[in-house]
Amino acid sequence: MVCGNMAGLELLSDQGYRLDGRKASELRKVQARMGVFAQADGSAYLEQGNTKALAVVYGPHEIRGSRSWIRHDRAVINCQYSMATFSTAERKRRPHGDRKSTEMSLHLKQTFEAAVMTQLYPRSQIDIYVKILQSDGGNYSVCVNAATLAVIDAGIPMRDYVCACSVGFVDETPLADLCYAEESGGVSSLALALLPRGGQIALLQMDARLHQDHLDALIEAAMTACKGVGKVLDEVVRLHLKEVSVLTGE
Amino acid sequence: MATVKVSEAEKVYILHGIRDDLRVDGRGCEDYRHVEIETDVVSNTDGSAKVTLGDTAVLVGIKADIGKPRPMVPNEGYLEFFVDCSANATPEFEGRGGEELGTELSNTLYKVFNNKHSVDLKSLCISAGEHCWVLYVDVLLLQCDGNLYDAISVAIKAALFNTKIPKVHISADEEGAKEIELSDDPYDCMRLDVENVPCIVTLCKVGHRHVVDVTLQEKACSVASLIISVTHTGTVTCTRKLGGGSLDPESIFEMTEAGKRVGKALHAPLMKLLRQEESLGKTRQKVGFLG
Repeated sequence: MVCGNMAGLELLSDQGYRLDGRKASELRKVQARMGVFAQADGSAYLEQGNTKALAVVYGPHEIRGSRSWIRHDRAVINCQYSMATFSTAERKRRPHGDRKSTEMSLHLKQTFEAAVMTQLYPRSQIDIYVKILQSDGGNYSVCVNAATLAVIDAGIPMRDYVCACSVGFVDETPLADLCYAEESGGVSSLALALLPRGGQIALLQMDARLHQDHLDALIEAAMTACKGVGKVLDEVVRLHLKEVSVLTGE
Repeated sequence: MATVKVSEAEKVYILHGIRDDLRVDGRGCEDYRHVEIETDVVSNTDGSAKVTLGDTAVLVGIKADIGKPRPMVPNEGYLEFFVDCSANATPEFEGRGGEELGTELSNTLYKVFNNKHSVDLKSLCISAGEHCWVLYVDVLLLQCDGNLYDAISVAIKAALFNTKIPKVHISADEEGAKEIELSDDPYDCMRLDVENVPCIVTLCKVGHRHVVDVTLQEKACSVASLIISVTHTGTVTCTRKLGGGSLDPESIFEMTEAGKRVGKALHAPLMKLLRQEESLGKTRQKVGFLG
């Protein structure tokens, strides 16, 4: 089993520390705020280390666009993932519409179809738009986490929080929440979105080679990391509710 | 939301209010809404600023890149503009929906800012005819509640003020081939002089009067608007009429005068604020979207 490391960087030191000084299972600092924008039905901003994302939710509303989208038994979830042109080290030419963004939009859609209780809103549509403002690895997970908060802010019922996290595999050790330097170091990594309470997996994605024997350990580590994220999200939501209820005098 | 629907009765209410110099939110005709500015919000840009004007929110990021000077002006660098009308602002902008507005905005910004009277383009030149700095000014619309031009121009001015371009050392080897070396020290950088960078003031003709900083409701009542870019001395550098309706020459003259007055008054507090923020240096608590 060759463990990536093409850049020649030592991703995990002998003492068990990573490039940015974290331990193997340690997450980056997660900070978030709900209700960033007044016009949208729900919005949230989330930063995980140096990756920053804004999520906005519109809906549930009547189907826009083609009538053929209408589902008589549930709401349609429409996602758009885009990256600010200045979000990456090298300037991007287009914020969205490239293959990678389209794929990411699709993944987000699948993730939220598994979590949002769409059957409560037949014949309607829920828009989830996510924008990466600054990218430093783990874009998918940060988007999912931000979008979860935005959906909650919009008051749309979900089965549970959806928490996502990426995990890499270096020197027989799973590394939680990869940053860009680790992601681009050629590590086999896995992205997982979890509904933590029931332990249900909403999305599992892995594009790299990994020995089957390691997969269980990796998924286990990812689930632990997701649960960690879930706790932070829960705190953010509770704090937000406290603030709002003080404002409304309840 | 890029547009709103306003009923006839609401329109009358807004029109009558403006006639008496009292707008829906209690402002006078030449008053701006509450403005918030923060610079240095995106760390992987060379300069950035976030501006909110009422419910309008824009984020500007500037990246400096080395490019080739334009053949007509070999000793000047240049600016490139891109406006991303993201779906975050309104679902109408989803897919290619925001492209038209984005192009319109970026073309106007290019005309207003990319000239040697606004920005010292000569200072962006590295070696004449060969290398120059290209500043990619990327505007991200996060929320639209009217008056995009003014908010964007303030954000661009703030971001240009914040821009730090690394110093360059040119060395030539024996064969005369030039080699460009960027300074590694983040403090060894060049700052831009933003004194002459104009701000855009949009005036909307509503009824027989004109107002600045319109909200979407007021915009729905206006026939046409005039954008004027004004420097800190009150010099008008660009004007453009926008919107479907028509304006008579006399009201254009009046609007230009008002725009000059408002624009001149906008610069001094803006610069003061930017310098104040700069002077806080590293001790400043960054708020960004978390505040």
